[in-house]
Amino acid sequence: MKKTLQLSLVLIASVLMLGTTSCKKKLKDADIQTAIETVLKADADMAGTTVTVKDGVATLSGVCKDETCKSKCEEAVKKIEGVKSIVNNCTVAPPEVVVPPVSDALSQAIADAVKDFPGVKTELKDGVLTLTGEIQRASLQKMMMGLNALKSLGLKKIESAGLVKK
Amino acid sequence: MALQDKYKELIDTATAAPVVNLKVREQDGVLYIDGESTGAVKQQLWDIYGKLDPDYASGDLMLNINSVAGVSEGAKLKVTTNRSNLNIRSGPSTEDSIVGKAARHEIVSLVRKENDQWWFIKTDAGEEGYSFTQYLTPVE
Repeated sequence: MKKTLQLSLVLIASVLMLGTTSCKKKLKDADIQTAIETVLKADADMAGTTVTVKDGVATLSGVCKDETCKSKCEEAVKKIEGVKSIVNNCTVAPPEVVVPPVSDALSQAIADAVKDFPGVKTELKDGVLTLTGEIQRASLQKMMMGLNALKSLGLKKIESAGLVKK
Repeated sequence: MALQDKYKELIDTATAAPVVNLKVREQDGVLYIDGESTGAVKQQLWDIYGKLDPDYASGDLMLNINSVAGVSEGAKLKVTTNRSNLNIRSGPSTEDSIVGKAARHEIVSLVRKENDQWWFIKTDAGEEGYSFTQYLTPVE
């Protein structure tokens, strides 16, 4: 009786194992794809990526914000059942435009002088400052007073035509 | 000489004001007027500048009237921001962190001058640090 029980347990176990294995094999590409998409969409970092699955090979494409995000996608997809391998075709988005750090006293002083006038953009070249954007006429004098004082730091000329909107 | 003609009224007013160390020089199509004076004279000259060259748009004049050169250490200064409080910073640039604030129209003291743009000031509450001279007006 005991032996029979043991035998049947082994049998049951084998059947279960077989069952699982065959189940794995039967996971459809479409199901895997859905599972991956659910994971990708759940994370804001990875939401810009898309996936296609063929014969268990997951191909990732789309745009990631950086390399870390790209590998994070790959790690997340690896964990999903049924994925045999990954082709990571994600591209990394170009870095956001970073304002170059001001390099000298004049650039810094110009940045300070226009700080309170957020509509005004500055470009300094060979001692000539070009102002673009716009400013209220009432604020113009205050800003120009501040900028004109920067002659002592090497500012030669200020181009500001069209700054005040008519 | 064309620029000196255009800004004749300004130059004449500066000469009569008087503006100390007045220098008028023309170079590469730009007229440079430098000197030291009071805040009131500076304001008057800037108003004339705005009249002769509406919106200061021609880019042919650099009017550098220093109204703070004569201010000495210990002088009382009024905070003349447009609306907001004046930032007091740990160093002489907007890159430096804000360590305190002075209210608009509050009177503060000049401790020492770092440069024409930044002064080290102290409030009556004891807060001290660097502030932008553009928003400090000597109490005359």
